[in-house]
Amino acid sequence: MTVAAPAPRATDDLAIRVCGIHKSFGDTVVLAGVDLEVEHGETLVILGGSGSGKSTLLRCMIGLEKPDQGTVHIQGTDIFAASESRLVRLRQRLGMAFQSSALFGSMTLGQNVDLPLSEFTELPESTREIIVDIKLALVGLEGAVDRLPAQLSGGMKKRAAFARAMALDPDILFCDEPSAGLDPVTAAGLDRLLLQLKSVFGITMVVVTHELASAFAIADRLALIHKGRVLITDTPDKVRACTDPIVRQFLDREPEEIEDSHERFRQFMLDEDEPGESGDG
Amino acid sequence: MFADALGRTGALLLDRLAETGRLWSLALIAGRQTLVGPFRGTPVRVGEACRQVIRSGNQSLPLVSLIAALIGGILALQSAYQLRQLGAENLVADLVAISVTRELAPLMTAILVAGRAGSAIAAELGTMKVSEEIDALTVIGVDPISYLVVPRILGLLIAVPCLTLFADLIAVVGGLLVGVLVLDIGIGTYMADTVASLVMEDLWGGVLKAFVFGGIIGLVACQQGLSTRGGAQAVGRSTTTTVVRSIVLIIAADLFVTALLYVRNA
Ligand SMILES: Nc1ncnc2c1ncn2[C@@H]1O[C@H](COP(=O)(O)OP(=O)(O)OP(=O)(O)O)[C@@H](O)[C@H]1O
Ligand SMILES: [Mg+2]
Repeated sequence: MTVAAPAPRATDDLAIRVCGIHKSFGDTVVLAGVDLEVEHGETLVILGGSGSGKSTLLRCMIGLEKPDQGTVHIQGTDIFAASESRLVRLRQRLGMAFQSSALFGSMTLGQNVDLPLSEFTELPESTREIIVDIKLALVGLEGAVDRLPAQLSGGMKKRAAFARAMALDPDILFCDEPSAGLDPVTAAGLDRLLLQLKSVFGITMVVVTHELASAFAIADRLALIHKGRVLITDTPDKVRACTDPIVRQFLDREPEEIEDSHERFRQFMLDEDEPGESGDG
Repeated sequence: MFADALGRTGALLLDRLAETGRLWSLALIAGRQTLVGPFRGTPVRVGEACRQVIRSGNQSLPLVSLIAALIGGILALQSAYQLRQLGAENLVADLVAISVTRELAPLMTAILVAGRAGSAIAAELGTMKVSEEIDALTVIGVDPISYLVVPRILGLLIAVPCLTLFADLIAVVGGLLVGVLVLDIGIGTYMADTVASLVMEDLWGGVLKAFVFGGIIGLVACQQGLSTRGGAQAVGRSTTTTVVRSIVLIIAADLFVTALLYVRNA
C-alpha cells in the first residue's frame, strides 16, 4: 500500500476531514486541536488512554457533540453547517456502534436492526426480515432475533449494536470499542469481519479501541490521542517503529512512571487533608 | 440574611423562567414537526400516537375511575351538608354535576395522569437519554422529536379529555349512589336533576381544560426526560420533577382557563 502524498487534499476527496477540533466540558479540556483525515475505504484506528477523549472525538465526528471550535467534513459536507434534511440523508450513509451499545431497550434485537430499514427503505416486511437475519448472522446472533437487549450479555449487545450499525450497508462505519468485553475468539472473529467488510464492500471505518493486537490487525492507519491532541497518525509499521517515549509507553504497555505513582499513592495515604486531583477524574 | 433569601428567590425565579422557556421551545419544535413535518417527508406517526393514547389511558383508567367515584360521593355529602342549611337539598345533583364536569373531573384526572403516565414518560425518555438511545436515534437519522415526543404529546392530548369525560360519568354515578343510598333522594329525581342542570358548555369547558392539561403533562414529561443528564439517579430526579412541575402548571393553567370561560359567560 502506498503512503498518501502529504500534499493538502480537497475536502471532497476525503471520507472524513476533521479540522482543529476543540472541546471542553466545563473546565476539563478534552480535545485541544485535533486534525484527522480519513480516506475513502480506509480503516483508521484511534488509540488512546482511558478518558483521553476518544469517544468524545467520535461523537464530534458524527455530529452528536458540537465542538467549541473546528469543523468536520464528511464526504465533503460540513456537518455543523449543513441543513437538517441534508444531515438526515448523510446519516443514512453512516453507521455507528456505540461504546455502550445503545440498543433500544423496548425493542427486540430484530426490531433494533429493522428500525433503520423500516424508516429509510420501502422494502416489504418479508425482505426486511431476511436482511435482519443476515445482519444478525454476520455477528453470530442468528438465534436471538426475538430477545430483548436486557436479556443479552454485554458482548452480545456489542455485536448487536454492530449489526444495527450495518443495517443500511453504510459507506462509513464508526465503532467505539467494538471488541471491548468480548472473549479473544469472538474479538478475533469481529476483527476478521471488519477486514472482510473493508475488502468486499470498501467500507470506510473509524474504530476506537484499546486492544493493541486488534488495532494492528485491522488498521490502515493508527492515530494515538494524548492530552487532547493527535500524537501520531501513521501506518501500523511506522507506528511500531516510532521512538516517541509516550507512543512507546502505550505500545509496550508500560505503566505510568513508577516514582510518580508511588508518590501519588503516598500523598493519597498520608495527606488526607490535602485533597488530590482524584476527585474529578 | 434577608438579602440572601431574596437572592435565592431571584435565582429560583430565573431558573423557572429558563425552564419555562425550554418548555415553550419544545412546544414550538414539536408543533412545527406536527404541522409542517408531513409536508417535508416526516409524517406524524399516527399508529404510535394511538398506541400512546391506549397506553396512557390504560395506565390511568383504574385510578381515575376509583378517585372519580370517591370524589363524586364526597361532593354529594359535602354539598348536602351545606345545602341542608339553606333547605335546598334538591340541588345536590346539580351541584355535583356542575362542579364535577367544569372543575373536578378535569383537574383530578390531569393530576392522576401526571402521576401515572407523565412520570412513566419522563422515566422512559430519561432512561433512553442516559443509555445513549436518543443519540443512537439521531445517528440513524430519526428525529427524536417526531419519533418520540410528538406521539407522546398527541397521545396525552387525546387521552386526558377522554379520561375526563369518563371521570365525569363515574363521578356523577358516585354522587348518585350517595344521593340515593345515604341522602334518600329518589334515583329518578337525581338523574333528572343531573340532566336538567348540565349544559353542553359545562362539558366542553371541562374537555377544553383537559386538553390543555394533557398538553402540559406531555410537554413537561418529554422536556424533563430529554434533558436528563447522568445516570439512574438523574432519571429519578426527572420523574419527580415532572410530577411536581406538571401539577403546579396544571393548577395555574386551570385558573387561567376558568377565568377565560367565566369572562366569556359573564
Ligand atoms: N458529557 C460530558 N460531560 C462532562 N464530561 C465529559 C462528558 N463526556 C466526556 N467527558 C469527559 O471527557 C473525558 C473524555 O471522555 P471520553 O468518553 O471521550 O473518553 P474515552 O477516551 O472514550 O475513554 P474510554 O476509553 O474509557 O472510553 C473524560 O474525562 C470525561 O470525564
Ligand atoms: Mg470511550
